[in-house]
Amino acid sequence: MAAKVVSKDRLNSVLSHWRKNYRVYAPVQKDRFVQFEEWEDRGEPVWEFQNSRLSPKFLMEPQSEILLEFSLDPRTEDSGILKERERVYPLQIVVGIRPCDAKAVELSKRNFVSQEYTDSYWVRRYETTVFVGLGCNRPCPTCFCTSVGCGPFHEEGLDVLMIDLGDRFLFRSLTGKGRDILAEMDGETPSADDEKLALQIREEGERHIVSRVSWDRIPSQDLMTLFDAGFWEDVAFSCINCGTCTFLCPTCWCFDIQDESKGVRGIRMRNWDSCMFPLFTLHGSGHNPRAEKFQRVRQRFMHKLKYYVDKYGDGVACVGCGRCVQFCPVNIDIREVAEKMNNYVRCECKV
Amino acid sequence: MKNPYVPYPVRITEIITETEDRNLKTFKLEFLNPEDEGKFAYMPGQFAELSIAGKGEIPIGIASAPTEKGYLVFTVNKVGLVTSHLHNMKPGEIMGVRGPLGNSYPWDRMEGKNVVIIAGGFAFTTLRSSIVYMLEPRNREKFKDITVVYGARTPGMLLYKDTLAAWEQRDDINMHITVDATNDPTWKYNVGFVPAITEQKAPSAENALALVCGPPIMIKFTQPVLSKLGFTPEQIIMSLENRMKCGIGICGRCNIGTEFVCKDGPVFTLEQLNRLPKEY
Repeated sequence: MAAKVVSKDRLNSVLSHWRKNYRVYAPVQKDRFVQFEEWEDRGEPVWEFQNSRLSPKFLMEPQSEILLEFSLDPRTEDSGILKERERVYPLQIVVGIRPCDAKAVELSKRNFVSQEYTDSYWVRRYETTVFVGLGCNRPCPTCFCTSVGCGPFHEEGLDVLMIDLGDRFLFRSLTGKGRDILAEMDGETPSADDEKLALQIREEGERHIVSRVSWDRIPSQDLMTLFDAGFWEDVAFSCINCGTCTFLCPTCWCFDIQDESKGVRGIRMRNWDSCMFPLFTLHGSGHNPRAEKFQRVRQRFMHKLKYYVDKYGDGVACVGCGRCVQFCPVNIDIREVAEKMNNYVRCECKV
Repeated sequence: MKNPYVPYPVRITEIITETEDRNLKTFKLEFLNPEDEGKFAYMPGQFAELSIAGKGEIPIGIASAPTEKGYLVFTVNKVGLVTSHLHNMKPGEIMGVRGPLGNSYPWDRMEGKNVVIIAGGFAFTTLRSSIVYMLEPRNREKFKDITVVYGARTPGMLLYKDTLAAWEQRDDINMHITVDATNDPTWKYNVGFVPAITEQKAPSAENALALVCGPPIMIKFTQPVLSKLGFTPEQIIMSLENRMKCGIGICGRCNIGTEFVCKDGPVFTLEQLNRLPKEY
């Protein structure tokens, strides 16, 4: 592990230096929100923000992405044959990613890489990305990362962890990739005081997570008992199926695949999709296994907090970023749903 | 790194209209690159994504058997964009096949057992594959009695009529073909719904596995009949369908609880399904 300290006024020159070999994605202010954009050596990234509205998951799985291409020209030999487009995956650094979003990338890897199949598009991006995370000195009131195996300075999924020491950042490498970019970075070796301050800031940040969620009993709950629980209709009552929660969620990865053609050229692409939409599961016959709104709401929460837990035995598919809580237009709160699931006891009384 | 989204290019060599409503057609496909056939090693019960450039993909059960070399067979019901386009395609045209996908029928468990096949309507495709596979001379001795109850609404709605007729002539398979109703005076097989014919023919549950595929209504009324005959939920094998895109457990839409129909299925025992949401 290597560590360096860089004063904040020199940070742009660090980024400029990285740009020689990498595409650099950094948090920038965009209207009322912060979002990750390619930093092109102009303007200041924002370093004091709670979290970006959209998670940087789009750097692994773009909202819309071409998978294959084809010709429909009957005069060409390969007419109607779907092929992968030759593509270069440039090295990229995402700097300022929050620890929860980095953990979410690790968690998503389980979906995109299985024993049987590797999603080559996702994996190539993952392999060519360096994750330089920024610890959270002041987490939001909606953050509950510490309840779900994460935290404001959690290191899982990061190559480098940055800690804001006031007028300077402490960079600590956590992987070989991280060590490489630190090696070619200007900066001083942290002093003992820097290390002490970093530890204090870390503890202070963790103390600021006030929101707690219990899900300890969910793994031992019977799946069908939870599925058939009476509270789902109540949870879903106010839901308008807008899908905001799924688009903002760093661990939502579902996508649709569609073909588009113009003239004799065409593409097959994938686009983010959402389990909140009835079309997601609509059969060709017209039958829909999740036709009702409450069934779709149940699917989202059961997937994150029960199906995933049971399938992989490695905790919930939630990193506690709190985006769905903050941005849900009707105030559905995953923390309350988790409590309901955790405390659920089937009523055995005879009606 | 192998890209699991790229289909193998294939050529349509033959198209057969199967049913009197002309809504079901069987497509025989040959790999454009002969070496792809070796990569497409499958077992009965698996499916593939039929891929048409500019239209999209559809998950369809493989109706040919691995013992039938040189080609693949799929029987497709016309329902949506891709299937309608496919129904208008002609022999010689090029399309794609991506797979094989999903698990298969439990062939390890089926060896040494009596196999009871119960099917209704056009859900007979992967069961055709299974029967052809089991009847192959070098495979036949691995299985004990093979009993088939297969029904459709009318004689004209049965799939693979020539093949069925050929199986009727054999003594190593018990065929019970049935139709819901018919005016045809020359109809020489059964008349009656699949559950009723199953009850009447009463295949024994002793050392047996039942593969059951059909419309929900048939399955609903066949299950109690099988229970009465002594089949436990572990002995009842079913194949599910759900809307799919990737077919490899990544895109997230076909799950029933913890299981992806595309990757963990499509074949499940009734015992497994009893512990999962009925979201199919």
